[in-house]
Amino acid sequence: MIYLQLFFSFFQIGAFSFGGGYAAMPLIQHQVVDLHGWLTLGEFTDLVTISQMTPGPIAINAATFVGAKVGGMAGSAVATAGCVFPSCILVSMIAWVYFKYRKMELLKGVLKALRPGVVALIAGAGLTVILSTFFGEGAALTAENFHLQEACLFAAAFLILRWKKSDPILVMVLCGAAEILLCTLL
Amino acid sequence: MEEKKKVSLGRLFFATLILSAFTFGGGYVIITLMKKRFVDDYHWIDEKEMLDFVAIAQSAPGPIAVNGAIITGYKVAGVPGLFVAVLGTVLPPFVILSVISFFYDAFRSNEIVSMALAGMQAGVGAVIASVVWDMAGGVIKEKDRISDLVMAAAFFLSVFLNVNAVFIILGCGLLGVVRTLAHRKGEKR
Repeated sequence: MIYLQLFFSFFQIGAFSFGGGYAAMPLIQHQVVDLHGWLTLGEFTDLVTISQMTPGPIAINAATFVGAKVGGMAGSAVATAGCVFPSCILVSMIAWVYFKYRKMELLKGVLKALRPGVVALIAGAGLTVILSTFFGEGAALTAENFHLQEACLFAAAFLILRWKKSDPILVMVLCGAAEILLCTLL
Repeated sequence: MEEKKKVSLGRLFFATLILSAFTFGGGYVIITLMKKRFVDDYHWIDEKEMLDFVAIAQSAPGPIAVNGAIITGYKVAGVPGLFVAVLGTVLPPFVILSVISFFYDAFRSNEIVSMALAGMQAGVGAVIASVVWDMAGGVIKEKDRISDLVMAAAFFLSVFLNVNAVFIILGCGLLGVVRTLAHRKGEKR
């Protein structure tokens, strides 16, 4: 039963994440944290962080990690299969249509219309990650819960990314090192 | 196009495996690497075709790396190629994350690791914020008032009313169909 749930959840994630990479994040959060409670919000943000540091698409990483946690090796295999399955069908279908008609006005129109929605969803999921960094996982958004140190790291990282166009992985590693340094010094 | 020799499944498997194992940083990076490997180094695909492949990989749902592997695998070795290429692409993250999930609890309770993760989380937040900044800027620059409205509404629905992302995506897609058809009708008049 758990295998069916895993398969179907990751099937939905695979089928509805348009635009690659971060687009899968809000869907994963919804299925895995909100709907099924397979991961806590803290574990989810860890997963997003780990995904950035390891190769492979975040959806596949999430499928393996969540599957292993709730259903062992078989669970991760089933979840990963569910995640990839819609692509196998849809890519072949789109490729067939594309090569047949070449110019797909309707497809382009739909993709263009999806963009603002996808951006908003990524922003929403990003906000959850940022708030849990600033205030702690699931904590109330009050002044005494506010983590000044992490907020400063966030601001510094954001400015470096905007101005220097640095490699995101490098910026993240530096943030991790800075946190260890600050925690041991203070 | 027809005279192009078929690629052996073993070679396809290892090519996609290595590509996937060394691709950090998501979809758009792997597309560039795929072009370098499959077009420039191996000559499996010609450059113009690759552009079409990229368009398809990006427009279909699902991870871009997997979509790219599907279409490349199919092109160079048919349906078995499709499955071999997907397997090669999925295997590295599968193995790595399995190992991580196995050690996760021990790993997470280590003080240094949990400090590093907390710091990196702040970094991830910044990376996502920066990506959203660019993407939202791109949408606003189009000066399409409906798009801006959709973006605001989708954000409100997902953050404050907790509406399932699937419904928001379906809604946007439907709106796209309606707008494209209305535009086409308007042009015919």
